Amino acid sequence: MIQIRGLEKYFGTLQVLKGIDLDIPKGEVLSIIGASGSGKSTLLYCINGLEAIQAGTVSVAGTDVHAKGTDVNKLRQKMGMVFQQWNSFPHLTALENVALAPKIVKGKSKAEARDIAAKQLKHVGLGDKLDVYPSALSGGQQQRLAIARALAMEPDYMLFDEATSALDPELVGEVLDTMRLLAEDGMTMICVTHEMSFARDVSDRVAFFHEGVIEEIDTPANIFGVPKSEHLQKFLSNIR
Amino acid sequence: MEPTMSFFSGFQPSDLLYLAEAAWRTVLISVLSISIGTFLGAIFGWMMYEGKWAAALTLGPVLDVFRSVPLIIQLVLFYNFAPMIGLNLDPFLSGVVILSIYCASLVANVARGGMEAVGQPMRRAARSLGMSYWQDLRYVVLPIGGRAVFPSWVGVALGVMKDSALVSVLGYVELLKASQILITRTQEPLLILTIAGAFYFALSYPISRYAATLEKRWAS
Ligand SMILES: Nc1ncnc2c1ncn2[C@@H]1O[C@H](COP(=O)(O)OP(=O)(O)OP(=O)(O)O)[C@@H](O)[C@H]1O
Ligand SMILES: [Mg+2]
Repeated sequence: MIQIRGLEKYFGTLQVLKGIDLDIPKGEVLSIIGASGSGKSTLLYCINGLEAIQAGTVSVAGTDVHAKGTDVNKLRQKMGMVFQQWNSFPHLTALENVALAPKIVKGKSKAEARDIAAKQLKHVGLGDKLDVYPSALSGGQQQRLAIARALAMEPDYMLFDEATSALDPELVGEVLDTMRLLAEDGMTMICVTHEMSFARDVSDRVAFFHEGVIEEIDTPANIFGVPKSEHLQKFLSNIR
Repeated sequence: MEPTMSFFSGFQPSDLLYLAEAAWRTVLISVLSISIGTFLGAIFGWMMYEGKWAAALTLGPVLDVFRSVPLIIQLVLFYNFAPMIGLNLDPFLSGVVILSIYCASLVANVARGGMEAVGQPMRRAARSLGMSYWQDLRYVVLPIGGRAVFPSWVGVALGVMKDSALVSVLGYVELLKASQILITRTQEPLLILTIAGAFYFALSYPISRYAATLEKRWAS
């Protein structure tokens, strides 16, 4: 369970998040949509403590992310994150990319870490690429590698920040399929996305961000079928 | 053989040994200075990258001084003024101190460039996996940034090795100084300088070759 209360975030004097209240129960798939610059990425960064916050609280499984004594490194092990830019470690093979964190963060033995990595890579369809360096992988494959890398930490939550935005159109499908698979497995997911079909078909709820607030949050059927807010209506009509 | 007997005498086989010994001293002072300089430079570079303006305001200008004042001036000044503050260092140690600082001032920029080359997104990805700040530095920033700036670092290292010849002004008999001594005695500058040049080449060529091999391996 992720609980966000009164979250405010500033960059200097620019207020990017203006009081966010949000509960994400275990097993939910929440999609976040909204215009560029509305604060979607920033919210994800605040959830896993990559950005400091100025007011409010974020708690993950009962732990206050931004409290002084919180071990964020430990907390982040529970939260996988996948970015728009896949950020594969270029100096490591696919297998080593995935095995690194289990080994150094979780202290798994080399053999254990390799087993976990191989398993996760097979899971995302990269079972035949174990010893390949990222430079020899397509964007879609690298993004699936990033997903496997996050999953190898056996997280309870997965945060996706426009995981498909940087991909060539023909590669989007394979990554979305991987995310669908994860959703079907019951993973708790927060997906910032521009893929409306994904938001509609896969999520339990969709949140519409507008200028630092959640202007509307509801089931996909209601968000896409009967949008209430004017901004959401406009946003959706621009996309279609 | 008996230098007192004839001040001017032709080049003898034993002179080659003399040059080889001097070359060894060049290697010694270079390896020491480059090692210390790289270690310090990496720390300075990290401080400038992380400390941002605080380090940029204090450390930056100091390193700029060492980077821009000709090495020979630094050496002579340090060697002559160090005793005043109670530091009685022989030419070798004086050379190591100055060459190390000089090397560090150059490596600092290289190191900072390496950290910048890794980029915020990559580091956030590492941290999002639960890596601590230091694990990110060790397992992500060092290998990725290190490879990115490795060619520049090799350039700095080879430069420092050549510049170590300047320590001869303090009387340290390294390769260049030894050549000068032999030239004075034998009056065969072309031969001796050719040999000395060959020594320098023999020292740096394997390093460049090895570096090129590494780069090629990393590129694949
Ligand atoms: N590190 C930063 N420093 C200053 N301003 C920032 C920083 N990161 C983001 N911002 C600003 O915060 C606002 C929200 O950014 P954010 O990346 O969260 O938007 P977004 O909804 O994810 O947009 P997009 O769809 O383009 O990814 C933007 O105005 C952006 O310029
Ligand atoms: Mg964004």
